[in-house]
Amino acid sequence: MAFVALGQGSAGSATPTKTSRVAFILLAPGLIYLGLFFLTPLVSLIITSLKVSSPTGEIGMYDFGFELGNYAYAIGQYLPQILRSFTYAIIATVMALMISYPIAYFIGVKARNKPLLQAMLLTLVIAPFFISFLLRTFAWKQIFSNDSPVTNFLHTIGLLAPDQYVIGTPFAVVFGLTYNFIPFMTLPIYTSLERLDIRLLEAGSDLYATPAKTFWKVTFPLSLPGVISGTLLTFIPISGDYVNASRDFLGGSDTAMIGNVVEANFFRIQDYPTASALSVMLMAAIVVLVSMYVRKSGTEDLL
Amino acid sequence: MATDFVARGQDLELVGIRKEFPGFTAIENLDLKIPAGEFFALLGPSGCGKTTTLRIVAGLEEATHGKVLIGGKDVSGTKPHERPVNTVFQNYALFPHMSVLENVAFGLRQRKIKEPLAKATEALQMVELEHLGNRKPQQLSGGQQQRVALARALVNRPALLLLDEPLGALDLKLRRQMQVELKAIQMEVGLTFLHVTHDQEEAMDMADTVAVMNHGQIEQMGAPEALYDRPKTAFVARFLGQSNIFVGEVVEENANTISIDCNGQKVSAPKSRSEKHSGKVAIGVRPEKATFHEDKPVLDSNHNLVGPGEIIDIRFTGVSNQYLIDIPGFGDITVFAQNVGKSPVVELGAQVWVSWKVEHAFGLSDLPPKADNDGE
Repeated sequence: MAFVALGQGSAGSATPTKTSRVAFILLAPGLIYLGLFFLTPLVSLIITSLKVSSPTGEIGMYDFGFELGNYAYAIGQYLPQILRSFTYAIIATVMALMISYPIAYFIGVKARNKPLLQAMLLTLVIAPFFISFLLRTFAWKQIFSNDSPVTNFLHTIGLLAPDQYVIGTPFAVVFGLTYNFIPFMTLPIYTSLERLDIRLLEAGSDLYATPAKTFWKVTFPLSLPGVISGTLLTFIPISGDYVNASRDFLGGSDTAMIGNVVEANFFRIQDYPTASALSVMLMAAIVVLVSMYVRKSGTEDLL
Repeated sequence: MATDFVARGQDLELVGIRKEFPGFTAIENLDLKIPAGEFFALLGPSGCGKTTTLRIVAGLEEATHGKVLIGGKDVSGTKPHERPVNTVFQNYALFPHMSVLENVAFGLRQRKIKEPLAKATEALQMVELEHLGNRKPQQLSGGQQQRVALARALVNRPALLLLDEPLGALDLKLRRQMQVELKAIQMEVGLTFLHVTHDQEEAMDMADTVAVMNHGQIEQMGAPEALYDRPKTAFVARFLGQSNIFVGEVVEENANTISIDCNGQKVSAPKSRSEKHSGKVAIGVRPEKATFHEDKPVLDSNHNLVGPGEIIDIRFTGVSNQYLIDIPGFGDITVFAQNVGKSPVVELGAQVWVSWKVEHAFGLSDLPPKADNDGE
């Protein structure tokens, strides 16, 4: 939510008129909601991240404090997992973009005059949402499990050594992440491309641009708002995802991401300050990365 | 690439073009030759196939049969970006994410022509918009966008410039102004222009040659004056200006004229201006060529005279009035009379006779769907 606000400057000072009072009344439920369910936990999280161990030494008991060392400890202890999270998130986002763009282009542009085909394809994109995310990820665990036909086949053709398996590898995790977030990438890009004026493409070809040039000079820049919202909708949740990389699903001992570390610290080790510090840092890092990205891609310049 | 930076326009030839869409035929066997440097207008109602013809020339549509030759070279099999042709699109199709200057430089950049921005600035100067180069297209008015579209096409010096109703979205005054500018630019750059329009005034005003298209075929082609003076089909007679058209059997024929019987009244036309000399023939006359008389005039055989009838409608159009006269037992006839004196010249309900010179009448090759002498 923070990154949405980044794109917009101060909207001019409105004098307290009747309109602004109505606007305030209409906004009130949203503001109360944000205050209760976004701000309160956030403040609580920051406070927890600065707590110190209880002098009694009891596990899971912490006192209020201002221990910035928690952050240093979290970084020192979990830097590999932090870097891995962003690496996986970037790879999975790029993969999802490369898979989604052609799908979105086909549905939004090529199938434009075939409403039935368009509706069917859109349904297929959304269909995975009808089944729980956990179940679908679990299904992939079954498909890639150590004695599954897929794994056996990979052993037979020699792509995997006899002592190697799919589950627990970075490949399996990135695959799961990509798979789970493809619809979030496809739909915004589709929305952008669906409004693309075909006549602009004709103008491009009329002005001596080859189809490839027309794509890079006209189609892609005009679909950039969709690409940017798609990448944000995938990159941000993937960075914090803990299901795919979890050992219960597609992950293994050395695929843990920040989400897994936070989960382990909260629920197993009961080291609440470190878990909170990691969460706060993840959030801060995402805000910084995303605002740099949005600024660089110049979305405010697009229409 | 077959796109040299040519200085002058080239000729366009369409040979036996046919275009079928699922369910209907848009163009039937079209042959056309446009000499280099000419301003050619393709005029017709919507759905007559004129825009399809233009898109076939541009390469945006592929003809089912036939060949397109530009400068004598067959370009039928080539893609739009390989053709030395540029189009000013009906909705302008300016790239919304690029500045006006970048829009104009687009074609030059694609062909890797040196100094694209300098040349684009020059083109913007020609349409008097160089001060708006940094704006985005959507920040310009309709007329300005139209000029950017024109500059974007002209800057490439195409062998052939295609204009797809580019003035359609402009208001009347701006349209007239742009017509003058467009014609001046065409004379200046000497390019071949193929202009598609449904506005007959625009076509007659700007074009050296006008082709009137209907149902995927060219009905008649020629200089605007010739086309207006002697339409050969009922469609052309009524689409290009207005016409009174009377239908009847030829009852009299001499060395110079033919005469038909229209519900008992005789209407004649010169043989030299008639497509058919026997059987059922349609004879027409332009409303401004006819005059009305409040008393029955005495006229020689060089005039057609019908009446008496009653003025049933008067429409004021500024410089003239349009009078609709109902002649009992004959039909309706429209007369334009200039408001040089008082307006209207005669009052509604007045009884008048209508006459016109035989030499102004024209005989058509076909019959109109509805003649003016339907007896009502």
